[in-house]
Amino acid sequence: MKRLSSALAVLAVAALSAACSSPVKLEEKSEVPIESRNTMPGGGAGNAAGAGSAGAAQSQVATVSVDRSAVSGAARIVYFDYDSFVVKDEFRALVESNAKRMTASKSLRASIEGHTDERGGREYNLALGQKRAEAVLRAMSLLGVTEAQLEAVSFGKERPAAQGSDEAAWARNRRAELKDK
Amino acid sequence: MHARPDATSLASRRSCCAGLLTLALTPAWAQFRVEISGVGATQLPVAVARFRDEDKAGPNAAISAIIRADLERSGQFRNLDVSAALDETSQPALADWRGRGADALLAGSVSRLADGRWDVRYKLWDVVKGQDLGGQSLAVVTADLRLAAHRIADAVYEHLTGDKGVFATRIAYVTRAANRFTLRITDADGEGGQVALTSVEPIISPAWSPDGRELAYVSFEQQKAVVWVQEVASGQRRSLANFRGSNSAPAWSPDGRQLALSLSRDGGTQLFSIGRDGSGLKRLTQSGAIDTEATFTPDGRTIYFVSDRGGGPQVYRMPAAGGNAERVTFTGAYNISPALSPDGRTLAYVSRLGGGNFRLHTLDLSSGNILVLSDTNEDESPSFAPNGKLIIYASRAQGRDVLMTSTLDGRIKTRLLSSGLDVREPVWGPYNR
Repeated sequence: MKRLSSALAVLAVAALSAACSSPVKLEEKSEVPIESRNTMPGGGAGNAAGAGSAGAAQSQVATVSVDRSAVSGAARIVYFDYDSFVVKDEFRALVESNAKRMTASKSLRASIEGHTDERGGREYNLALGQKRAEAVLRAMSLLGVTEAQLEAVSFGKERPAAQGSDEAAWARNRRAELKDK
Repeated sequence: MHARPDATSLASRRSCCAGLLTLALTPAWAQFRVEISGVGATQLPVAVARFRDEDKAGPNAAISAIIRADLERSGQFRNLDVSAALDETSQPALADWRGRGADALLAGSVSRLADGRWDVRYKLWDVVKGQDLGGQSLAVVTADLRLAAHRIADAVYEHLTGDKGVFATRIAYVTRAANRFTLRITDADGEGGQVALTSVEPIISPAWSPDGRELAYVSFEQQKAVVWVQEVASGQRRSLANFRGSNSAPAWSPDGRQLALSLSRDGGTQLFSIGRDGSGLKRLTQSGAIDTEATFTPDGRTIYFVSDRGGGPQVYRMPAAGGNAERVTFTGAYNISPALSPDGRTLAYVSRLGGGNFRLHTLDLSSGNILVLSDTNEDESPSFAPNGKLIIYASRAQGRDVLMTSTLDGRIKTRLLSSGLDVREPVWGPYNR
């Protein structure tokens, strides 16, 4: 329930800031609500790429499922290559939109959770996941999000997004997730 | 449980609850089945007689059966059939026992004391020398009858091998089932399992305090890695390290006064030390790399740890107060999870081989000899028994996380199977309990 209320708070703040801000932010105004409406049932942890692009029906009601890993709409997952801590160009827009959201509202706080695939030791993977989380944190800091707003943490290989021992599962697990606090 | 409130969740929630119920109704779910493979070069033939009146203490406390199982599982003994009715007051004809091939004979009795406790007595004979090796009387409450049996097995083991036994010690480990993580403690034979902590979030890296009274561990219950210390007997716990970022890999100093741990509070993952009461935080490493998995040498002067300062993860060592680090492992590109034998001479660690297989290795620190102890592919988390004769570690078999023990020469292995549960993160407790 805490997650739900914080998710609502994010939407409220986003709507508020959009309503009373400069024209530059209009772009963001249309972006935030559309993405949250398109959160698919049960697909909370998915990559919301393509959100709002398909021309959803006006009467559509999307179910928002809230659980411990619910993300509140916007794409919040950055995927990494094997043994890599580089935020790839394809996630630039994701980092920028979230940075924009957080610089617009300095009261927002988020955790960046780093994750690894299942190969290797638990503690070393915890440290590797931490490195991924910190890479995203650095990218957002460069865009003006303050250190106080972000905490980089790691789950190592302890909370995989996908089960399985193949490259497809591993690729889904090498990630950093942005989560509102 | 975090079932999603959508249309599909009711069924899955129901089946999930059914699963939990089944587990809860299975009384043996925390216990292990032990499979032994390999045998020692020499196995001492021992005769353990049924303890007089041992059945009066209840079905779970067949003292002689527990002792026999302990001795057999060590791989160093062979049990002979004994039909004779004996106890510690008997005067067995040792020549006859010699004729039956026994090197040693154990007999004893169980009797109820006026205060409700049990008096477990035993005597051990060296059949070869024709000597009475003495015995003991142990007064215990019903819940400690198993412990009494393990202590007697320890005494037999020590008399006959010259090394201290570890049958009375305990092992902590983590199980995962139905998205529930449970930190458990069992006797070294996998029986008598008890739950120390259960959580919907992962638990990793348990570490016994040297006095055996507390466990430090990492719990993700606050949606991040926090180091906790829990008193085993009372369940009282406190968060020892909950700094910004991740807090992990606790290791006790041998005097129990401080712990080394890995913190990301300053960015990156670096080693720190902290008092057991949470005071005196001190940074130990200053590298731009990952430094983690600290473990103290038995004399407390040196810390072995994992660092990828040279590229891949390798084992290094440095003074316990910090200082110049020296690389210890050179073979292989990925060496992690160092554990030191109680005599400080052997380093156990996990090394990644070609093909992405992770295997338990030991390094003899004086000769530099390396042994590959296992033939499994996903080994993790080695931990030495307090007598240094066995290493317990996690591995995978038949699609499950299992615990294994191995002798230091790798010849005798046991697999500890727990029905329906993934078992991991084993750590062998000290002699004290």
